[in-house]
Amino acid sequence: MDVIIENLPLYWEGFLRTLFLSAVSGVIALVLGTLLAAARVSPVAALRGFSMVYVEVLRNTPLTIAFFFAAIVLPRLGVKFEQFEIAAIIALSTYTAAFIAEAVRSGVNSVPVGQAEAARSIGMGFGQVLSLIILPQALRTVIPPLINILIALVKNSSVAGAFFVLELFGYGRQLANANGDAVITVLLGTAFFYLLLTVPLGILASTVERKVAIAR
Amino acid sequence: MTTHVPGDALVSLNAVNKHYGQLHVLKDINLQVRKGEVVVVIGPSGSGKSTLCRAINRLETIEDGSISIDGKVLPEEGKELAQLRADVGMVFQSFNLFAHKTILENVTLGPIKVKGVNKATADKEAMALLERVGVGHQAPKLPAQLSGGQQQRVAIARALAMKPKVMLFDEPTSALDPEMINEVLDVMVQLAKEGMTMIVVTHEMGFARKAADRVVFMADGQIVEDATPEEFFTNPKSDRAKDFLSKLLTH
Repeated sequence: MDVIIENLPLYWEGFLRTLFLSAVSGVIALVLGTLLAAARVSPVAALRGFSMVYVEVLRNTPLTIAFFFAAIVLPRLGVKFEQFEIAAIIALSTYTAAFIAEAVRSGVNSVPVGQAEAARSIGMGFGQVLSLIILPQALRTVIPPLINILIALVKNSSVAGAFFVLELFGYGRQLANANGDAVITVLLGTAFFYLLLTVPLGILASTVERKVAIAR
Repeated sequence: MTTHVPGDALVSLNAVNKHYGQLHVLKDINLQVRKGEVVVVIGPSGSGKSTLCRAINRLETIEDGSISIDGKVLPEEGKELAQLRADVGMVFQSFNLFAHKTILENVTLGPIKVKGVNKATADKEAMALLERVGVGHQAPKLPAQLSGGQQQRVAIARALAMKPKVMLFDEPTSALDPEMINEVLDVMVQLAKEGMTMIVVTHEMGFARKAADRVVFMADGQIVEDATPEEFFTNPKSDRAKDFLSKLLTH
């Protein structure tokens, strides 16, 4: 126990980094994922194709590959960043966006087709139908899966620890190395701080789900 | 079939054809509807009458022929099509009210977002329309809190809010409980009396008799008869129509 209490500032530091990485990547992934889902249902074949290829590639390859790409391949292609954190955010958000796109797309498909027909018949264009009628209803139905994806994102952010970003897992590893006699305690402490992020997300999921349910 | 000159027509379908795979659902359809006319389309299920109705605002695409509204041929897609649709009110069998919007918002959304009407004006006009169809006091509720008949009347108000040139009704009472059919038909009869141009796909023969200027009878994707209600119901010419009417009357 002592090892956790002594190192609380470090844990806290790591916790905040993880929170930051997850929050920024989460917001970018939500926006990007929704745009990809919109592209997937758009009338433009090229957009549909792009979205499909993007989702299939990112969803079906390991996260570590996305990280290698962002941290090592991108700089070689001339995209330089000051900190590895940016690479971590790029990797996490592009990877997570693929899952979000699939969830939002399934939500879009769950909205009865008559809703879109009614919106079109009063003269709305594709963008209005999607943003005013379909997405608001779709997003409500996909809040539970979206939060699942965000929980996975919080946990996935630990991969950044292996790419020189000191977040919760990175600090946890340092502490474990430094305190060879208390590895189990250190890891339990690390897990506890992850739970501090993910459990409230789960609770939020069920609260929001109850609040925004739409009666049909 | 019709004696009207095409130039006179508000809605004009010329040699329209459509297939669903092998099935030829619309066969060489010619139909002219003049301003202020109420045309009721009847026929057995699968005769293509709903498809015809939906083709008029291009919710169904057609393969050849042309459809024009007020002299303008229906555009393929995009902005122009959206503009044209704003002039054509549509009422669906399953109401299709926006489930996440209140009754009032359902009616004001089109005027505000499509026509750029300001909110205060849109609200005022919407309330007047809701009062007119008898659901004014339901304005703050969500669609699911209303009965089917009330929802359908709201759907009519939503379409009217766009001040359409023509109203299309695609089996507006088919999904309703029997006791709610009349409240919707009453609104439609009133609308017909006020001179709205209407194309109504329905099984309600009473409405056809009461409000229609013309009855169009469809079977197997073709317009088989096009006559006044009087003529059609008392003296149908085709065997297909005689058969259809005899089946209706025996129950």
